[in-house]
Amino acid sequence: MSQAAAEPRPVAVPAPIPLREIAPWALFAGIVLLALLYLVGMDQGATSVFSGQMLHEFVHDGRHLLGFPCH
Amino acid sequence: MVRTLLVRGMLAGLLAGLLAALFANLVGEPALDGGIAYEDALAAAAGEAGGEELVSRGVQSTLGLAVGFVIYGVAVGGILALVHAAAQGRIGALSARATVVVVAAVGFVSAVLVPFLKYPANPPASSLDDTIGLRTGLFVILVAVSVGLAAGAAALARRLSVTLGWWNAVLAAAGGYVVLVALVAYLLPPIAETPDDFPATVLYDFRIASLGGHLVLWTTLALVFAALVDRAARPAAVR
Repeated sequence: MSQAAAEPRPVAVPAPIPLREIAPWALFAGIVLLALLYLVGMDQGATSVFSGQMLHEFVHDGRHLLGFPCH
Repeated sequence: MVRTLLVRGMLAGLLAGLLAALFANLVGEPALDGGIAYEDALAAAAGEAGGEELVSRGVQSTLGLAVGFVIYGVAVGGILALVHAAAQGRIGALSARATVVVVAAVGFVSAVLVPFLKYPANPPASSLDDTIGLRTGLFVILVAVSVGLAAGAAALARRLSVTLGWWNAVLAAAGGYVVLVALVAYLLPPIAETPDDFPATVLYDFRIASLGGHLVLWTTLALVFAALVDRAARPAAVR
């Protein structure tokens, strides 16, 4: 029993993904995802891509509770 | 491989956003309403009529809240997946699941917790309308610097691990991060705009609820994504 417990358990370490394989995804998906964060957190506040206040008003509560600066 | 990770990260983020929105609705909305009540009382005292609402409070506190949290969750989930793709197999002898937890913990601390300590979440009517540009700019700068320093610390820990071993390497790099980010936060200008008679309990409850919502979101995201990554990493033949 003690011998079985002492046996080291192998950890399945995943193989690294080549960075050149990640780069295009990081670039394109990264930009889209950051744009989403900007829209939900900041647009129609300090800066506006879309005019008006509709987007700001709709996500108003989420923006406050997620800690983004708001009015 | 990256595509699979990205899709799973965003799925986990969707679920995390929904759960956090439920928490925010139950715990955060009462405090948020407290801020709006203060705002209305000020307007009434000044003899101003309440402005027409573009979106009703009922929609803002339910559907609007959920959409905001879900978009945030999906975006953060996708970014977490991309960082995980670069981190897996590169940060010591960690399994895929453990890598997710480490990456998410570093992300939560550097992107949410540390910026929150300097520029915490504010309920409605507790900050000035005119300073939105300044407040947004300072917040974005602190988040960017904090995340950048955390990424630098991770790279440093990896390099130091060859000579110091992982334990000491992580301690040294984390110590460096704490010192530098504290220095930056100290040098950035403070924002003190809360009106003197703003209800303290509203401010306190709101900030705790905001931090709690983030904790729910990031914890759910990490645990669900870890489970999905584990399934992806494990060949069907084994097990």
